[in-house]
Amino acid sequence: MGIITDNLDLWSSTLLGTLVLFVAGGLLALVLGTMVGAMRVSPIPVARAVGTFYVNTIRNTPLTLVFFAFAFALPPLLGLRLTGDVSLTLAICALGIYTATYVAETIRSGINTVPVGQAEAARALGLTFGQVMTLVVLPQAFRSVIPPMMSVFIALLKNTTVAAGFSVVNLGSVRSYLSERGENQFIAIVWVMVVFVALVLLLSWAQRALENRWKVAR
Amino acid sequence: MSSVLYDVPGPRAIARNRILGVITVLVVLALLGFIVWRLWDTGQFSAEKWDAFTYSNVWLQIALATGRTLAAFGVAAVGALALGFALAIGRLSDHPWLRGPIGAVVEVLRAVPVLVFMFLLYYGLPVLGIRMEPFWAVVIALVAYNGSVLAEVIRAGVESLPKGQSEAGYAIGLRKAAVMRLVLLPQAIRAMMPVIIAQLVVTLKDTALGYIITYQELLFYARYIGSQSTYGSPIVPATIVVGAIYIALCLILSFVANRVERRLRRTAKLGKGVAPVDDAMTATRAVAVQAGLDDPEPRR
Repeated sequence: MGIITDNLDLWSSTLLGTLVLFVAGGLLALVLGTMVGAMRVSPIPVARAVGTFYVNTIRNTPLTLVFFAFAFALPPLLGLRLTGDVSLTLAICALGIYTATYVAETIRSGINTVPVGQAEAARALGLTFGQVMTLVVLPQAFRSVIPPMMSVFIALLKNTTVAAGFSVVNLGSVRSYLSERGENQFIAIVWVMVVFVALVLLLSWAQRALENRWKVAR
Repeated sequence: MSSVLYDVPGPRAIARNRILGVITVLVVLALLGFIVWRLWDTGQFSAEKWDAFTYSNVWLQIALATGRTLAAFGVAAVGALALGFALAIGRLSDHPWLRGPIGAVVEVLRAVPVLVFMFLLYYGLPVLGIRMEPFWAVVIALVAYNGSVLAEVIRAGVESLPKGQSEAGYAIGLRKAAVMRLVLLPQAIRAMMPVIIAQLVVTLKDTALGYIITYQELLFYARYIGSQSTYGSPIVPATIVVGAIYIALCLILSFVANRVERRLRRTAKLGKGVAPVDDAMTATRAVAVQAGLDDPEPRR
C-alpha cells in the first residue's frame, strides 16, 4: 500500500490523465462515429462509400500506428510545437478517430437489427420521417446498441494506456515516474493492473445494469 | 431500395440526395486537398525526403522489421489459439474447483490492457530477477490477452450448440472428452471461425505495441529512419511507408476472415435448403446432399 500512499500526487494525476483521455476520446468517438454510422446507412452511395472506406481502413490500422502518425508525423506537417497540451489533444484525436470506427459499426448493426416491417408499418400508418425515427426505429435500435457500445468503451478505456508510449501522462506511465522515484516497478505495475481490473469491472457492471434495464422484450 | 430508415426515394428525395452527395464529395475533396497542401507545403514530396528509400539496405531493414512483426504475430497466434482452447475447456469443465479459478483468470487477463501486461513482463519481472527479450514480452502478453478472448469465443460457440448434440454423443456411449473433441469443438470452431480470424487480426495489430517496449518491429524502424538527419529526418515518408505495410498486412488477414465467413454462410444455406423435401428429393438423396455427395438442385 505504501507505494500508493507515498505517491498519492502521482497516482491521482495519472488517474486523472486516464479519465480525461477516456472521456474526451469517448465523446469525440461518439460524435464522429455517429456521423460515420449515419453515412454508412444513408441513401447516398457516395456517403456510404466514404464511410465504408474510413471504417475499413482505420479498423485495419494498429492503434499504435494511429498514435505514431499523430505524435510524430502530424506536428511537422501542421507546424505544431509539442507542448503537454498539444500532445494531449493529439492523443485524444488519435483515440477518438480510432474508436469512432467501432462506434459507427455498432450503430450500423444496431439499426440493422430493427426489422424493415417496423418502419414500413409506421409509414403505412402515415407517420412522417421524423416520427418513424423517433417513435419506432431509434428506440428499438438504441436498446440493442447499448451492450456492444459499452464493450467499445471498455476497449477504449484499456486503449488509453497506449498514450503512455507517446509522452502523455496516464496510468500507463505511472511505472516510469515511480521508477525515477526509486520505487519497485513490479509492485507499481501490479497496482496499475488492479486499478484497470476494478475500472473494467465497474463498466461491465454498468453494462449489465443497462442491459437489464433496456432489454428488448421479444 | 427500401430500408428501415428510408422509403424508395421520390423525385424530391432523389434531388436532395444528389445535393447531399455533392456536399459529401466536396467535404472529402477539401480534406484531401488540405492534407496534400500540407504535405506539399512542408516539402514532403521533394526527392531528398524520400532519398532514404532509394537505398536497398533501408528496404532490407524494412523487410527484416516486417519479418520481426510477423514472427511475433505468428508465435503469438499459435500460442493464443492453444491457450484459448485450454482455457475454454477449463471453463466448460464440470468441476467447480477448475471452472471457478480459470474463469477468474480469463476475466482478469481480459480486463488488463495488453500494454500494461507487456510492461509487467519487460520492466516488472527484472525486479524479481527474470529478464526476457522484448520479443518474448510482446509474445507472452499477446498470448495471454488473445488467448483469454479466444477462450470466451470458443466457450460461447460450444454453449450456442443445441443440447441434443452432447446428449446424442453421450447416448452412443462417448465419454466427456470424446463428446468435446468429436462433437462439440468441431462445430463450435466452424461456427466461430470468422470471429477467431478477426481476433487474429487484433493480435497482428497489437504487435505494434511492441514499439513502446523497444521491440524492433516496423514502427521502431520507422522512428529510427525518421530521425536520421543525414536523410533529412524523413519521419512523414517513413510513417507513410510503414503504415501502408501494416495496413496491407491487416487487410489481407481481414480479407481471409471475410472469405471464410461468406463460405460458411453459403454452406449453411445449403444445409437448410435440404429440409423441405420436394418431389425430386428422396430420403436417400437428402442424405447424399448432406454428405456433400450430391447437389441440392433437383436433376431434370
